[in-house]
Amino acid sequence: MAHEYIPEISTDRDGTEHVVQGWQDDFYGGKLGFWLFMFTEVLMFGAMFLVLTYYKMLHPADFVAASASLNRFLGGTNTVILLVSALTMGLSLLKMRAGDVKGAKLMIWATIILALMFLSIKAVEWTAEYNHGVFLGLDALQSGNPHSKPFGEILFFGMYFTMTGIHGFHIIIGIGLMVWLLKRINAGKVSPEHHILHWNIALYWDIVHLIWVFVFPYFYMIGAASGGTGGH
Amino acid sequence: MSKSYFDETHCAIGHPKSTFMQWMLTVDHKRIGLMYAAVMFTFFFIAVSTALLMRFELFAPGQQFIDGDTFNQAFTLHGVIMIFLFIVPGIPAVFGNIVMPLMIGAKDVSFPRLNWFTFWLYIFGSAIAIASLFTDAGFADTGWTFYAPYSLNTGTNVIFTLVAAFVLGMASILTGLNFLVTIHRLRAPGMTFFKMPLFVWGIYATAWIQLLATPVVGITLILAIMEKYFGIGIFDPSKGGDPVLFEHLFWIYSHPAVYLMILPAFGIMSEIIPVFSRREIFGYRTIALSSASIAGIGYLVWGHHLYTSGMADIAKTVFSLLTFFVAIPTGIKFYDWIATMYKGKIVLSTPMLWAMGTIITFAIGGLTGVTIAMIGVDIHLQDTYYTVAHFHYAMLGGVVFLFFAGMHYWFPLVTGKMYDEPKAKIAFYMQFVGFNLLWFPMFIAGFLGMPRRYFDYLPEFQIYHQFSFFGALLFVAGLVFMFWVFYKGWTKGEKVGPNPWHATTLEWHMPTSPPPLENHSKVPYVDFDPYEYHHGEPVVKFDYETMRRID
Repeated sequence: MAHEYIPEISTDRDGTEHVVQGWQDDFYGGKLGFWLFMFTEVLMFGAMFLVLTYYKMLHPADFVAASASLNRFLGGTNTVILLVSALTMGLSLLKMRAGDVKGAKLMIWATIILALMFLSIKAVEWTAEYNHGVFLGLDALQSGNPHSKPFGEILFFGMYFTMTGIHGFHIIIGIGLMVWLLKRINAGKVSPEHHILHWNIALYWDIVHLIWVFVFPYFYMIGAASGGTGGH
Repeated sequence: MSKSYFDETHCAIGHPKSTFMQWMLTVDHKRIGLMYAAVMFTFFFIAVSTALLMRFELFAPGQQFIDGDTFNQAFTLHGVIMIFLFIVPGIPAVFGNIVMPLMIGAKDVSFPRLNWFTFWLYIFGSAIAIASLFTDAGFADTGWTFYAPYSLNTGTNVIFTLVAAFVLGMASILTGLNFLVTIHRLRAPGMTFFKMPLFVWGIYATAWIQLLATPVVGITLILAIMEKYFGIGIFDPSKGGDPVLFEHLFWIYSHPAVYLMILPAFGIMSEIIPVFSRREIFGYRTIALSSASIAGIGYLVWGHHLYTSGMADIAKTVFSLLTFFVAIPTGIKFYDWIATMYKGKIVLSTPMLWAMGTIITFAIGGLTGVTIAMIGVDIHLQDTYYTVAHFHYAMLGGVVFLFFAGMHYWFPLVTGKMYDEPKAKIAFYMQFVGFNLLWFPMFIAGFLGMPRRYFDYLPEFQIYHQFSFFGALLFVAGLVFMFWVFYKGWTKGEKVGPNPWHATTLEWHMPTSPPPLENHSKVPYVDFDPYEYHHGEPVVKFDYETMRRID
């Protein structure tokens, strides 16, 4: 419906005409709305980082020890994958704006594949950790039994699974959004002239990889000195 | 007869024929606002009944009707409904939706379909909250604040309530986001920020709080859920966590949230006072900017809830000082309103009565707030009836009273009809007297040491509880009477034209009454201030067909 929209004109007392901005076809408004939404994501993760920082101050040694046991090789690979996917997503938007719809679609497919790779590696990582008894709800992460880890490590892993879990959830949503975007492009609803949806999904993907850029060093790298590359 | 928004609508999906589906799928901001109102007041009456039940129990010392555990669930239900389902979404979702786009000359909000989605998200969240009443474990008994560690250890169904609060928080965020973009993008040509009506300023400041504060509590609730399911120990001291951290994270949102409640209410006050004084508002810019500064300072005062929870003395002092600062912009608003009335042609219609009543009740609520912002006094009064009376004076006597004022004020706009003024005034006096009788004794009881959230008390407090009880009866009677007056007004009321109050802002310049589907017939050019009166008459007049000025 956005395409047939004709903006209204309002006339002031001198007879001068002013174009009225309607809610339809409001490219800038759509962008502003999505930026604001991204702001809430930052605050949400910001609060979790706050909790994390606080507990790192209380249990610095436990945090480093727990971090040392994470798999830096897989985590690092995932970081690279996510950074490359941010590049492909950005390229797809550039191609869309330049009028190359086919190239844009190709780049979105590349992003989806990279996102799936990220999730697969994440799954391998979590499975390995589960097999070592380190997972939410398992004995090692409950206090008050013979297998339980120290408080600081329980908190570390609790936050690790919560935050990477919520981040992974965002990746899944992102894949869904990209599939939807491809459908909209095929239906001609998203085109080089009207690509606000593409723009916003690219923005979403940027925030998802940006959050990972903070998650990765905070969980994986603080124990790198003592842990080597491998882990669980 | 011309068609109003009751006759036709745009829908989110397709073009359903049935009236019912047209309401369920509507994207029209006026209809969505009305549906919010209908759902919210249903919940409001459930919460009022719960409160009345507690008053019955407290009529005499000892156990009368309900046991202590039920009492705990009752005040939790009361708090959760009143806060998360009623007062936080309250004025923005109802009047922000119905009136704000009209005030800025927009056809709808920026994202109408998101608005529709948000409404159903709100319904979904409410349904989860209510559903936990019917589970085996029963409704949460933690109080609406879910303080750790009790909320982590209790056997009641806290998880449902936490999830509900999270979903409702998301709805709140999306509402705020929608309004922010609307106010930035869809103002009529010529309407600069300082030509916006003050209610829009209130909504604008509120929307920022909704957007910036809600995510923090959202994730806090998620962490509490993770903790409850998986026993991580984030907030549980027996597992190495820190319960005070929960309180901090909780109040980082929930204190700004009280300003989120009051700012749009102040906006309503700033609409009503100039219209019924027939005078331009005094200090327009100071009122507009004080909303913004209340929102800003309101972020930095959450610590005053934690004076007795364990916090560094220097932090307490800083939080106390910052809390005092909030009183300054609030005081500026009050002086501005009273200065507006000075030498005005005051018309004592029902909306004005509610507004003036609120000046008294909110002044009491606000000033008692300053007393408990003082660390020493608060150590004595924390978690007593004094605090309870304070926030009910501020919330009920401030936000809800102004909500009612707005309901009377915009009733003819929304329905095209007028309620029975004399009866509405009686309802006001019943509620005003009942309200003061209900809450004022609690200041004294609290000062003498009556703790909050107890279902029993020492015999020496009985007199205060009995005063409160009769006040509550009077208040609820007035409340029911008021809604009956509204009902009668809507069904049998006299039809009125588009501008019965001689108001100046754009929502009163509609081609029909009630307004048509896409609002103004043409978007006006705004080259005037929102409240221009000359000798008690509105200055700006429009031809409602072309929306060009004819004065």
